[in-house]
Amino acid sequence: MADIKTVATRVGFGETLVELGAERDDFIVMDADLAAATQTGKFKKAYPERFYNCGIAEQNMVSIAAGIAATGKKVVVSSFAMFAAGRAFEQVRNSVGYPHLNVIIGATHAGISVGEDGATHQCNEDIALMRTIPGMTIINPADDTEARLAVRAAFECDGPVYMRFGRLAVPVVFDETYDFKIGKGVELREGNDVTIIATGLMVKEALEAYDLLKAEGINARIINMATIKPIDRDIIIKAAKETGAIVTAEEHSVIGGLGSAVSEVVCETVPVPVVKLGVYDVYGHSGPAVKLLDEFGLRAVNIVEKAKAAIALKK
Amino acid sequence: MEATFKRQLEEIACKVRIGIIEGVHAAKAGHPGGSLSIAEILTYLYFKEMNIDPSNPKDEKRDRFVLSKGHAAPALYATLALRGFFPVDELITLRQIGSRLQGHPDMKNIPGVDMSTGSLGQGISTAVGMALSSKHFGDNYNVYTILGDGEIEEGQVWEAAMFAANKKLSNLTAFIDLNNLQIDGTIDEVNSAKPIDKKFEAFGWHVITIGGHDYDAIEAALAEAKTVDKPVAIIANTTKGKGVSYMENAVNWHGAAPNDELYAVAMEELTAALAAFN
Repeated sequence: MADIKTVATRVGFGETLVELGAERDDFIVMDADLAAATQTGKFKKAYPERFYNCGIAEQNMVSIAAGIAATGKKVVVSSFAMFAAGRAFEQVRNSVGYPHLNVIIGATHAGISVGEDGATHQCNEDIALMRTIPGMTIINPADDTEARLAVRAAFECDGPVYMRFGRLAVPVVFDETYDFKIGKGVELREGNDVTIIATGLMVKEALEAYDLLKAEGINARIINMATIKPIDRDIIIKAAKETGAIVTAEEHSVIGGLGSAVSEVVCETVPVPVVKLGVYDVYGHSGPAVKLLDEFGLRAVNIVEKAKAAIALKK
Repeated sequence: MEATFKRQLEEIACKVRIGIIEGVHAAKAGHPGGSLSIAEILTYLYFKEMNIDPSNPKDEKRDRFVLSKGHAAPALYATLALRGFFPVDELITLRQIGSRLQGHPDMKNIPGVDMSTGSLGQGISTAVGMALSSKHFGDNYNVYTILGDGEIEEGQVWEAAMFAANKKLSNLTAFIDLNNLQIDGTIDEVNSAKPIDKKFEAFGWHVITIGGHDYDAIEAALAEAKTVDKPVAIIANTTKGKGVSYMENAVNWHGAAPNDELYAVAMEELTAALAAFN
């Protein structure tokens, strides 16, 4: 494990913007005084004349982006998930979502793994909020490789895209052969006893859970669901039919996130048990991110427990 | 302003008012008061000021307009229809199922609408975004917006104002429709943003105060706006409900439709005013 490279997904976000800046000049990047943290500061340094700092005014920033997009141009706005999805929710909904404008929202510092800043900054609700907006695409990359591919894909997307990035350095799971497509889940491990559908930093945990379950004679199917919306219905239905039980794993509230999205599909098509692992309707608190992930049960061992619970629920 | 042309504009504004009343009456809902107060401003913008072409409503280099006070949609729709963006007959479909004339402006479906608005405070920010885009990409068009005097109680308006001045968006002009009334009462009773001129000045804008039903004043203000290196706020003193006697300065006509009887009264007044032009 020691030699696995770890890097925060926000880094790939910032660096890919810089790459895209060299390839095309038809877009603007905006931030709300968090450019160093969100990593748009890298773009600012490379292309200062194409970067606009809106100051600490996320609602204004999102609506400004809508105006830019309404003139037919591309625009990326960035802030912490709490402020991009939370504070500016109604601007995202009405200024960006309703007119279905090409605004890319790069929301960093999502989830409990923000760590020391504590509950006010640990956004475990952003996927739920964004999922309710018609026409919104939501991508939650699992690692650096996927983050970079996802940013490029978002530039080709029609309509608004909410991209969720983390603060914490997380292991790089995918190599350069990894193929990312918006709206497509990826089966990472084959298995027919239970399916574990994970997103974001929980994908790495799910892969570890696969090994732990294997050691106990349980063959789990592992799916990476980077795109939460539009959700890959086909891969979910296939998993429900073939494995008969599903566990979802996300660094987000169990209300309204990946688990809810998967449950909605399963309930209406192939009703099988869906056991959700996530943040159970509580606020986080300050502490080192890795300790918080342990404390809030967002680890491979927790996925293993849920997998066994899901299997036990099979008829 | 040349007298014949001014008379033409006055006649158009009268037709805009008829379109507002017909639409709101047919819908049995809508916002007549704050629509009637901006008829002259919209008429001047769409029939004189703005570089637009109804036959090419998506022209990338066109001037943009954002109705930040989106509830005055009936006025925008009547102006766009009279300017030739869609048939005037369509105005009576306002707010009906199947109509593209939504209760608040919808840029996806209504020709000539540059931005979807309705949630107060957001429109000015989108106009700022358009003005920024115009300058950034060298397209050099102008952007206009109209805000309500109640709307500017929204904090986002001042976020937008701060940014526009800091970025020297001289291609942005914002009218503030100062009709002194909002839904719950006078703006003084509710939560006054006055002094509005001092606030915009303090935020770095060039401020011009005019009578909002006076075409000479509107023309002079827009001419002055082109000479300054700042965003411009034109504070337009207007009469809410202008042109319909019982709606003038009456707070209860902010968001209510006239019944058949009062509709007849309004139409009688407006058609008489229109007849005076012939």
